[in-house]
Amino acid sequence: MSDPLIIGGRSLTSRLFIGTGKYSRNTLIPEVVEASGSQVITVALRRVDPGSNDNIISHIPSSMTLLPNTSGARTAEEAVRIARLANASGMGNWVKIEVINDQKYLLPDNAETIRATEILASEGFVVLPYMSPDLSAALRMKEAGAAAVMPLGSPIGTNRGLRTRELLRILIAEVDLPVIVDAGIGRPSEAAEAMELGAAAVLLNTAIATAHNPLLMASAFRDAVAAGRKAYLAGLGPVEETASASSPLTGFLG
Amino acid sequence: MNLIVNGKAEIYQEDCRTVADLLNLPAWNRRLVIVELNGEIVAREDYTTALLGDGDRIEVVHFVGGG
Repeated sequence: MSDPLIIGGRSLTSRLFIGTGKYSRNTLIPEVVEASGSQVITVALRRVDPGSNDNIISHIPSSMTLLPNTSGARTAEEAVRIARLANASGMGNWVKIEVINDQKYLLPDNAETIRATEILASEGFVVLPYMSPDLSAALRMKEAGAAAVMPLGSPIGTNRGLRTRELLRILIAEVDLPVIVDAGIGRPSEAAEAMELGAAAVLLNTAIATAHNPLLMASAFRDAVAAGRKAYLAGLGPVEETASASSPLTGFLG
Repeated sequence: MNLIVNGKAEIYQEDCRTVADLLNLPAWNRRLVIVELNGEIVAREDYTTALLGDGDRIEVVHFVGGG
């Protein structure tokens, strides 16, 4: 079954986006990529520490679409600066906008995110904003030129699942853009649930990176995302209050 | 020459004249880096011609793991 996700002119067969943070060793990353089947992978941008010499890019297969984030940005201007620096690497023009002013829950600043989306989209970036699931903000991001919106399921790194489920459902119904659930998904069942709801994809990092066996977990998420997507396409049956027999309602012997 | 590299003020040798010279110092280890000179991104092809001057602010950044 051909069911590609088209974003920024790219046709993706995998609907599981993954991160590169929190791994016990970066050499796990290519194996996680393989096990997850992912085609899009996030990275962050930081000052080079002259002491260390690890290079995350050397662990990322070149076939992957790189999705640099703007983590650390507190304003639209800072996000724009980080995005331009990332773009200067020559490794593509995708960017995950992340503008955060709340250090306790790391909840995104939607207003600044909308401004950054507008600037970067006008410069030709493929803009995927991380956002709090608010309908009017999502519509403004679309208007500003976002290629997708990435609402959170629950705060970053919490593994608490789809606590924003009702708002996600509304975004999926009302925003004519791919809705990618980013942050908070802790279990494969939650990834499947997001996909059943009609999410275009999910983005995960912590749930895989901090699993006891990240490779097996990557593979579990791959299956869950694929299963959830199939269920969405198949169309879930109605939910009823009372029983409805699955077997013929005649007596056993007629 | 005084340069402020990644927020740290240090004295550099006089033969560190360009961005390319700076990046050739052993500390940078020839990694894939992106350079900003006084707030402006320096394109890779301009590293050898981008001159450094006393008091310049240079940011040397690279990709790290993130979600």
